[in-house]
Amino acid sequence: MSERRLFAAELEARLDAVLFASHSHRSATGIAEGLEALPRVQQEKLLDWVAVAAQTYAEIGYLIATLAPQAFVMLDDASFDAWVLAGLDAFDRDGGRAAMEVLRDLEGFRLKLDGDRPVVKFAEIEARLSRFLQGLSGRPLGLSISASGADAWTDTDTLYLPGQLDAQPQAGANRKLYKTLATMLWAQARFGTFGSAHCDLDAALAPWQGTEDQERALQWLAALESVRLEARVTNELPGLGAEIAAVRGLWPPSLEPLLVRLYQADATLADTLACLAECMRGSAEAPHLPHAVRIDPAIALRVRAERIARHKEILSRAIHALKGSAGHPGQRDEVMAQLAAEGGAAEINLAEKVSALPPEARAAAQSLLQDLGEVPPECLLPAGPGVWQATALKGDAETLASQLEPDCRYDEWDYRRKAYRHDWCHVFEADVPAGAADYVGAVKARHAALIRQIRRRFEMLRGENRMLGRQPEGEEIDLDAMVDALGDRRAGCEPSARLFCQRIRNQRSLAAMFMVDMSGSTKGWVNDAEREALVMLCEALESLGDAYAICGFSGWTRTRCDIYRIKHFAERYDDAVRARIAAVEAKDYTRMGVAIRHLTRLLLRQPARHRLLVTLSDGRPDDFGDEYRGHYGIEDTRRALQEAREQGVRSYCITIDRHGADYLAHMYGAAGYTVLDDVKKLPLKVADIYRRLAS
Amino acid sequence: MEALATQLAHIDTEPYYQSIAEEVTLFEAAHAQRLPVLLKGPTGCGKTRFVEYMAWRLKRPLVTVACHDDLTTADLVGRYLIVGNETVWVDGPLTAAVRAGAICYLDEIVEARKDTIVVIHPLADARRVLAVDKRGELVPAPAGFMLVISYNPGYQSVLKEIKPSTRQRFVALDFDYPEAAVEAGIVAREGGVDADIARRLVKLGELTRNLKGAGLDEGASTRLLIHAAQLMAAGIAPEQACTAAVARALSDDADMTDTLDDLVRAVF
Ligand SMILES: Nc1ncnc2c1ncn2[C@@H]1O[C@H](COP(=O)(O)OP(=O)(O)OP(=O)(O)O)[C@@H](O)[C@H]1O
Ligand SMILES: [Mg+2]
Repeated sequence: MSERRLFAAELEARLDAVLFASHSHRSATGIAEGLEALPRVQQEKLLDWVAVAAQTYAEIGYLIATLAPQAFVMLDDASFDAWVLAGLDAFDRDGGRAAMEVLRDLEGFRLKLDGDRPVVKFAEIEARLSRFLQGLSGRPLGLSISASGADAWTDTDTLYLPGQLDAQPQAGANRKLYKTLATMLWAQARFGTFGSAHCDLDAALAPWQGTEDQERALQWLAALESVRLEARVTNELPGLGAEIAAVRGLWPPSLEPLLVRLYQADATLADTLACLAECMRGSAEAPHLPHAVRIDPAIALRVRAERIARHKEILSRAIHALKGSAGHPGQRDEVMAQLAAEGGAAEINLAEKVSALPPEARAAAQSLLQDLGEVPPECLLPAGPGVWQATALKGDAETLASQLEPDCRYDEWDYRRKAYRHDWCHVFEADVPAGAADYVGAVKARHAALIRQIRRRFEMLRGENRMLGRQPEGEEIDLDAMVDALGDRRAGCEPSARLFCQRIRNQRSLAAMFMVDMSGSTKGWVNDAEREALVMLCEALESLGDAYAICGFSGWTRTRCDIYRIKHFAERYDDAVRARIAAVEAKDYTRMGVAIRHLTRLLLRQPARHRLLVTLSDGRPDDFGDEYRGHYGIEDTRRALQEAREQGVRSYCITIDRHGADYLAHMYGAAGYTVLDDVKKLPLKVADIYRRLAS
Repeated sequence: MEALATQLAHIDTEPYYQSIAEEVTLFEAAHAQRLPVLLKGPTGCGKTRFVEYMAWRLKRPLVTVACHDDLTTADLVGRYLIVGNETVWVDGPLTAAVRAGAICYLDEIVEARKDTIVVIHPLADARRVLAVDKRGELVPAPAGFMLVISYNPGYQSVLKEIKPSTRQRFVALDFDYPEAAVEAGIVAREGGVDADIARRLVKLGELTRNLKGAGLDEGASTRLLIHAAQLMAAGIAPEQACTAAVARALSDDADMTDTLDDLVRAVF
């Protein structure tokens, strides 16, 4: 089967064929449009089911197709089937009406499903677990499903977990099990399961290497380490320790005699290895523990060594960059002492100049401290510029998209690497070409009443403005200034002439940037609505006096990220701007992160006290090719918004994507977005939303 | 005119301050050499407390000014007022501090307007004088006077940076949250809780600081940890106290609060 999604027209044709074979009094156009965004697999699955259902009763097929986009969001594929079957069952039992009810109650169906099955999926716990681990370790640890899908182990960079857990009768308990497994794996890396300068795991395991006892030794090692690590965790984090103990249950009898030695806050790998030798002298198998994790020394040691090398190099390069290529070997010790003492201090003192280590290098230093307990001296030797790369860059096909020199470049966040790809996105800026001169006039005529209302409301906002004191002229006398001046004059010095208060039209000191989605998916009425919304916004903002700019964005791969200027901050809302609004049109894709970064940069140049970035969009971040689609794009966008916030820019998103709630909260925060249920409301609502944000 | 004059705080009882590194010695040396000092560090890490302590130690009065963007030069230096039929000059806090040979602490200096900040320049270099333009007076700073400013490098926005010409007049002391054992001592004493609870609170602080930049702007400050301790000392259950004083105080984001709650549960 081809990967290509079916277009609305194709979907419509196929739906028509199965649904309205006989008499056709309604059309599948609306439904087909809703299905266009689904992946091909889901489209095909749905078409199959519609055909099956229609054989029973065409109305059911029709309803399934209508609800499908929502159902695919709420249910996984297996549950989707179960949902359709439940509907068909209800039809067989109680007839058409009952079937419709069952199908419509998607939420109820899902709740019942969750209640029935204790299964917890990796995807459900990933985000929360990942933040939790970031809190525990201070460095980003990758989380991933293990290759076998069933076991848990770590290479010290990434924690590999089972794809789903259902060992416990309740979902809550399975969720706890996930957390416990992840904690144990984190603890392995944190508390030296893979050895330290003083204790070599590889060497200790050598006696069983390649023998038939090898597997048994590793299992004993894992069991013994779980005892030791639990004690270490409990000592540092008693609450978490208690959770582990609850999952573990009673100690297996074979481990009990070893507790005195291993269940100690200061037990080390050496203690475990001593017990291991003892256990291996007998012939017993290692006991099974509910939170058993696997230990794979070979991979872990290799990854750890690689990471150490990488971080050493990052640190050296950073120090090199700070020092200039000459370097001052004499100061190396000093720097090292500082780093060691402060855990990757933010600043280091080089050649009497206080310089900030870049965050990347700081993280590297911190990570080295965790791995080695110290920052090794050799990495404080300066190295040449550049970023360390594990593998040479793969040649990417998309480079051919554009050979032009971009106006600027931006980093992009790769959540899988937990790192930025440097200068990854190429931004090109251009003005939107002028469009129809009379477009704005026509919109204003059509919405005259609404515009009057908007203006009135915004003028009320403006009325709240305060008086600006100590002005050379104004409508009132500034008493404070007057008193100062009188005092000055009596005392014989020259009084100031700034004696008035002035009512200032815009003391709000707010700059707003509107970022308009010009991706291909906005074609049609979304685009019409966006344009009308811009007219409303301009009317509103003109009566308010806030500084504002409007830019469209679209693009085609990372080498072609286009920013279309519609109105600059410095520009007046004149005929040129109006003509550009008229020409806003649907272009290509939606690579959002880079657009946010660029517009944030423009916003930061505005001398306002508050800065606001408002996005008008119709869907999730997306770009040509698979790279930006899905998780990657969402995480990059979230990151870009986070960067903006850190620089003092508040972001807000107004969207018409009904399925937006699941990813929007993740990107913009719970209070950072509005989903409009009908695109036609965009022009009516947008000014109101802005008013709420800006007052 | 007493009522109008700036109140100089005389600190008679020793404020509790746990020294972290060499900051006390450095500050004393700077004072002896008449150098102004810049305190850098995140919020709630003890900068204000340190200045109070040093004022007590050096037996100097203390004048504290919290800077904000409406602070004018006159607010710092002073102005003429008319009382009855005569004009009266009233010293601003800075002038009062100079005359009294006090320690003048300008808190969060980046918040002040740029044109206001420059009045401290002649005070902060070898000249050590304050120009009171309106009176045509140059007030020389006596030996005891010392200028101290603070700022939090974590919040730097493009609009709020100290200009190099200001910055380079000061001896800079770095502040950060102290190492765990020391911080636990502070939390135990200020919060009125036992050593074990203090240790756990500090651990929680450390975990939240790990999330800085990964969803949090700042981790929990020593101040927040003390707040949680104080709630516990007042009989609130640990989890609840941490949720209110730390987790909710740090973030409004639902995902983030979940994570912070997880971390609270890991510690208690
Ligand atoms: N080294 C310390 N010794 C004693 N108490 C301390 C110390 N560090 C912090 N504290 C406690 O933390 C609280 C907050 O410290 P302080 O008010 O001095 O912070 P700050 O650095 O001035 O913060 P901000 O930048 O927000 O003004 C103090 O009230 C005090 O209880
Ligand atoms: Mg303070």
